[in-house]
Amino acid sequence: MSDEQQPAPLYAEQSVVKVSARTAGILLLFTLAFTALMAGMHTATEPRLRASAQAEKHRLISDVLPSSSYNNDLLQDRVTLPANAALGTASDTTVYRARRDTAPVALVLEAVAPDGYSGRINLIVAIGNDARLIAMRVTQHRETPGLGDYIDPKKDRNKARPWITQFNGVGFEQFGPEKWRVKKDGGAIDQMTGATISARAVTNASRRALEWATTHRTALFAHVSGTRFTPGPADEEQP
Amino acid sequence: MSTDTPYADIARNGVWTQNSILAQLLGLCPLLAVSSTFVNAFSLGLATIIVMLIANLAVSVLRTFIPYEVRIPIFVLIIAALVTVVDLAFNAFLHDLYLILGIFIPLIVTNCIVLARVEAFAAKNGVRAAAFDGLMMGVGFLWVISLLGLIREFIAQGTVFSGIEMLIPGVHGINLLGDDYPGFLIAILPPGAFFVLGFMIAGSNWWETRTARLRANDIAIAMEASSR
Repeated sequence: MSDEQQPAPLYAEQSVVKVSARTAGILLLFTLAFTALMAGMHTATEPRLRASAQAEKHRLISDVLPSSSYNNDLLQDRVTLPANAALGTASDTTVYRARRDTAPVALVLEAVAPDGYSGRINLIVAIGNDARLIAMRVTQHRETPGLGDYIDPKKDRNKARPWITQFNGVGFEQFGPEKWRVKKDGGAIDQMTGATISARAVTNASRRALEWATTHRTALFAHVSGTRFTPGPADEEQP
Repeated sequence: MSTDTPYADIARNGVWTQNSILAQLLGLCPLLAVSSTFVNAFSLGLATIIVMLIANLAVSVLRTFIPYEVRIPIFVLIIAALVTVVDLAFNAFLHDLYLILGIFIPLIVTNCIVLARVEAFAAKNGVRAAAFDGLMMGVGFLWVISLLGLIREFIAQGTVFSGIEMLIPGVHGINLLGDDYPGFLIAILPPGAFFVLGFMIAGSNWWETRTARLRANDIAIAMEASSR
C-alpha cells in the first residue's frame, strides 16, 4: 500500500515546488520591471527636478531677502553648516552669505522648529548684519490645513498682512529675547486663537536662529566659501 | 465584449450606487485628512482620478500575466510604482500643477479604494471598461470629498472656496459669514470630518431607502392592477 502511495505525494510535492517557483519568478519579474520603471522615471526627471528645486530655492531666498540689497552671487557664496542644536537642524545645511561690494549684508539660513503641531516645521530665515531678522518663510510643514497652516503666507487668510510678516525687520532691540514669544507665553508676537502651537513653534525657532546667527555672524562671514563651518575664536569677540 | 460593456452601469456604480465613500466607506484616511477645505479636497479628488484611471488601466492590461495567488502584492507593487511615476512626472513636467496637487499624490497610496477597484474590477474586465471604471470611481470620490470639504470649510471658517487662487489665479474665496465669525474649530479637526461624513452617509441612506420604498409601492400597485 505504501509502495503505491509514495509516488503520488512526491509528484504533488514537485508540482507545488514548480508552481511556487513559477509564481515567485513572476513576482520577481514584476518587481524588477516596476523597479526599472521607477528608476527610469527617476533618472529621466532628475535634471528637471534638480533645476526646479534650485529655482524654488532661488524664489524662497528672494522672498526673504530682496535681491536689490546685495550684489554678490548669493548661491555660490556659502558655508556648509553641520547639524546644529540651536537651529534645530539634524543634518548638514547651507548658509548663504549676502554681501554688497564685499561688505556683509545678511545671512540666509535654514532653521527647524521641532515642536510643530504635526512635527517639524522647516524655515528659511534671512538675518541682517545689523542683528535684525529681515524676513522668514516656512518651507515645509504639516500643520493642520485651515487651522495651523497660517504660518505659511500662501495659506494665511490675512493676505494684506500675513502672520509671518510681523517678524519682518525686527531685532532684539524691538522685542528682547524674553518678549520674542507668542502673546500666550507673555511675549509680543500675535498668534491665532485655537492654533497657538504652530505659531509658538515658529516664534521660538526664529528666536533661537536669530540668537545663534547674531553670535556667530562674524565667524560665518569669515569662512572661505564652500568650507564647513567651525565655530572659531572670532565668536568670542561678539557680545 | 467591447460592444456590450455596460458603461452606464459602471458610471452609476462609481458615482452613486457603489460610491467609494458613501456606500463602500473606503479610503477614509485621505478623505478625513484632506477634506478641511474645498480646494484641498477637490485637488486630492483630481489626483485620485488620475491614479485610479492609470492603475485600473495597467492592471487590466497585465491581468493575464498576474498569478492569482500573488495578485495582491503585485497590485500593491503596480499601484505604488505608478503613484511614484505620476508623482515624478508631475513634478518634472507640470511643475505649477505639482505645487498644488503634489503633496496629495503620495497620499493616494493609502487610499484602499484604488486597490479595491483593481482587485474587484480591473483584474476581471477589459481595458476600456477598467479605465472607465477607474475614472467613474474617481469621480464618485471627487464629488463626495469636495462636498465634505465645502461643508467643513463653511462650518469651520465661514468661507467657501478659500485658497482657490492656487487653482484658478485671480479668483478668490468668498467669506460668507464675515470676518467676525469666531469659527467652529471642531469642524476642521478630524472629529468634525467624522460628524459631517456621518450626516452625509445618513442622508444618502435615507434617500436610498426612500426610493426603494417608493419603488416597492409602485410594484405593489402595478401587481394589484395586473391581478384585477
